[in-house]
Amino acid sequence: MLEISGLTARYDESKVLHGVTFTVKEGEVVTLLGRNGAGKTTTMKSIMGLLATRAGSIRFKGQELIAATPDRIARAGIAICPEHRGIFAGLSVHENLMLPPVIAPGGLDLDTIHDLFPNLKERAHGPGTKLSGGEQQMLAIARILRTGAKLLLLDEPTEGLAPVIVQQIGRTIREIKQRGFTVLLVEQNFRFAASIADRHYVMEHGVVIDEIPAAQVAASTDKLRHYLGV
Amino acid sequence: MMILGYPAALLGSQLLVGLINGAFYALLSLGLAIIFGLLNVINFAHGALFMLGAFVAWGLLNVAGLGYFWALLLAPLIVGLLGAVLERFVISRTYKLDHLYGLLLTFGIALVIEGVFRNLFGTSGLPYPVPPALQGGTNLGFMFLPIYRGWVVLIAVVACLVTWIVVEKTPLGALLRAATEDASLVSAFGVKVPRLLTLTFAAGVALSAFAGVLAAPIYSVNPNMGSSFIIVVFAVVVIGGMGSIMGSVITGFSLGVIESFAKLVYPPGSSMVIFLVMIAVLLARPAGLFGKNA
Repeated sequence: MLEISGLTARYDESKVLHGVTFTVKEGEVVTLLGRNGAGKTTTMKSIMGLLATRAGSIRFKGQELIAATPDRIARAGIAICPEHRGIFAGLSVHENLMLPPVIAPGGLDLDTIHDLFPNLKERAHGPGTKLSGGEQQMLAIARILRTGAKLLLLDEPTEGLAPVIVQQIGRTIREIKQRGFTVLLVEQNFRFAASIADRHYVMEHGVVIDEIPAAQVAASTDKLRHYLGV
Repeated sequence: MMILGYPAALLGSQLLVGLINGAFYALLSLGLAIIFGLLNVINFAHGALFMLGAFVAWGLLNVAGLGYFWALLLAPLIVGLLGAVLERFVISRTYKLDHLYGLLLTFGIALVIEGVFRNLFGTSGLPYPVPPALQGGTNLGFMFLPIYRGWVVLIAVVACLVTWIVVEKTPLGALLRAATEDASLVSAFGVKVPRLLTLTFAAGVALSAFAGVLAAPIYSVNPNMGSSFIIVVFAVVVIGGMGSIMGSVITGFSLGVIESFAKLVYPPGSSMVIFLVMIAVLLARPAGLFGKNA
């Protein structure tokens, strides 16, 4: 579904990605693991077209998107739940939820979303940023389930959240997968990632250095400890 | 009847003058604030486009024979369209540069537009009649109210309210507010942000042309009518802050009234009072009365 090869990107003068290559198949949950500064978030932004300096190849359903603008990439069927959630302070919870336009059929309807995330219904008319961190994260995920995008980029959805909320997000991602969405997940929390993903890619210094299928995670614990410095 | 040593009729008519000026301050600062919020452009051409609105009304009447109410509808559309073209082909080129370039560019545009109209029409001003339906006045008991002036205050309040509803209560407004916060995330949701910028500039400019039509029967239609307003309007924007639409509206009307009463109490100070308020506000609340602290 998503094939990335030789992806490079830079911020001003410093090159952050040095030729990232990996693939995501339809229906999979795939994580990008790695230490801070390895280039995980930059990879996500590059896929979404938010970095003008990107080069290489990003193919989505066979379509080359390396030169496309973010709005075209979104309408091709990719949606992002950005780092730090990106909830708009000037918009109510409901307005945040309804903001991304529907780009294709097959998204979840509002009732289904409210069933999955009952808090969002209760607090629909309050400001988006008055929600708790966990609720904001739910909102950031919920609003891209509506749009009909089939590939979801989730950038550190568990960052700074309490363990019980992290579990809830894990359940949500499994539910999303069951409903046929494909997920590319950036995570620092390896135990969380191991509990939900089909495959893991490890990034270091702006390249993918290893691929570990879920079945081999247990056997690769030492290697992963070394990669992630935990 | 005397209030605070002044005849009530005098106070009433000063209040009306203040509300009229305030209506123009409000309509103009509203457009400026919306444009600045999303485009980060301080639109110095706003006054020139206000003037253009009045000239379009004059042209519609004298060339096409279309009266005031047609002008109220058509002038904002025509000037808004011109604004869309300006934004799309000229102003959009400055977005990647320092804000100062947008300011200088729109200042230049204002000088060009005003220069052309001074050349064509001189500076003595062209008359624009009060529409027959709004002529005359009514006696309120304590003062005489010219109907047209009451109409201007009323319709300006309505226009401000409609703008507020569109921005604060509609999906389009939510898009606008979201893009003001984080345009790149909004584009990552599949929204064509450049189109939103063009639409916003056109709408802000249309609002100023609408004000220009309202102004035509009160002030003469004059190439300089915008530049005399725009400096005060910038002060209004600074005082009100860029944060809120209601803020611009309330600040616009209140400063009009304050200025007008200052004329009564201490005439030489009336042209100064808004700037004194501006200094005081900048000292106490640099983000403006209704602005969000950056």
